[in-house]
Amino acid sequence: MTETAIQVKGLQKSFKKLSVLKGVDFEVEKGSIFALLGSNGAGKTTIVKILTTLLIQDSGTAAVNGFDIVSKPDNVRQSISLTGQFAAVDEILTGRENLVMIAKLRHLNDPRQIAEDLLKRFGLTDAADRRVSTYSGGMRRRLDISMSLIGKPQVIFLDEPTTGLDPEARIEVWKVVKELANSGTTVFLTTQYLDEAEQLADRIAILHEGKIIANGTLAELKKLFPPAKLEYVEKQLTLEEIFLAIISKKEER
Amino acid sequence: METSKKHFFGDMSVMLGRSMRHIFRSMDTIITVCITPIAMMLLFVYVFGGALQVGTDNYVNYLLPGILLMAIASGIAYTAYRLFMDMQRGIFERFHSMPIARSAALWGHVLTSLVSNAISVVVIILAALIMGFRSSAGILPWLAVAGILALFTLALTWVAAIAGLSAKTVDGASAFSYPIMFLPFISSAFVPTESMPSAVRAFAENQPVTSIVNAIRALLSGQSVGNDIWVALAWCIGITIVAYIFAIRAYKKHV
Repeated sequence: MTETAIQVKGLQKSFKKLSVLKGVDFEVEKGSIFALLGSNGAGKTTIVKILTTLLIQDSGTAAVNGFDIVSKPDNVRQSISLTGQFAAVDEILTGRENLVMIAKLRHLNDPRQIAEDLLKRFGLTDAADRRVSTYSGGMRRRLDISMSLIGKPQVIFLDEPTTGLDPEARIEVWKVVKELANSGTTVFLTTQYLDEAEQLADRIAILHEGKIIANGTLAELKKLFPPAKLEYVEKQLTLEEIFLAIISKKEER
Repeated sequence: METSKKHFFGDMSVMLGRSMRHIFRSMDTIITVCITPIAMMLLFVYVFGGALQVGTDNYVNYLLPGILLMAIASGIAYTAYRLFMDMQRGIFERFHSMPIARSAALWGHVLTSLVSNAISVVVIILAALIMGFRSSAGILPWLAVAGILALFTLALTWVAAIAGLSAKTVDGASAFSYPIMFLPFISSAFVPTESMPSAVRAFAENQPVTSIVNAIRALLSGQSVGNDIWVALAWCIGITIVAYIFAIRAYKKHV
């Protein structure tokens, strides 16, 4: 039997009269990447907020790392970290100061060394002592994710980690997420990009109008639809492929 | 529960270090909370001072308590601003999803407000000393002055917390401080209330700034403080309690 990192049963949440979640059920296996796919306003962020103890559900239960989110919020917070939709980094501090601050708040030994290691790992060493307000969107996101790794949480929540990033920065984030899962961390990510879910996720759940309408591996989801017809089409490069090809040529020079 | 409580003060000091960095890296904050009050003091002493009849030869001595209160009132506007920005930028969400006491983030801001205002008060008093401010007060009256100023800061900090936590826009977060900054003008801070028309005088004598200014002035000049100190304390403690209740209510809405 594989262990579950996240267990959600019958989750409901309304804001005033507006019912956002209407009974959500799913499970996430330990060490896997789980993508929650849905359009804007589908309730993805609400689920993330409930699972990270920022919001309390109206009904239903959820457990993260085996701890009930309502009765054992401290144990949950001990096991998780959250990278929210808007990079939650301190703009006035430097990258290094941000990392040291989080390491101190997690009460770890040698915060400076932890910061140093993460700066190196995320390619931020050169920018380490610059204020974050001077960082590009991709650097900010990298710093944000590296802050989430401090203290080696077992479950990491990434709420739309690549929204607003350029294609290169997006691929960088994907690489980091894959590495995380390889090292045994469970990754729960939300996205509105289909290709992102396709690239990264072991399992994909589609949230629509407050309910999970599909949940499975990519292969399973594909089976839900009629088999692909074989057609011969001339291969057209996507704009993204062209963009990346030009960029990498420039860098080679 | 245990771990997050055990580290409460450690966590709060990390928050304090963070906000103090924000202050020292913001030229705007330093100008508003330190340079502007000193400039006001220069203006009132060397420009208007000659024409003001306050019944003392040393106008700096008369003026200083009011200037200190104005500096604190402008300082807490930044407390509201910093709180508001933390709510907006999502950094509070990061803190709240971490295993630290939930109130540490808020109390970090309160502590920052007390420490930073104390620093600007000390700087302004040093400037006043250069301008000829002298006090015959001993250690105990000075401690009492420090206590009143700290209480006044705490009271306004919780008022600022309400604004910072419930504002919808940045402007809304700091706008509340302008009326507070104006209160010293309609008080005994710059001129004696006896010189005002009766309606204005009635307001001036019954608003908190006058009793606080009078109490501090009496303490610093070694006179008996009389009733003013009790009225001042009652105002500070009353405002602190009421504002605290509303601020915590606003905070709970977010966490």
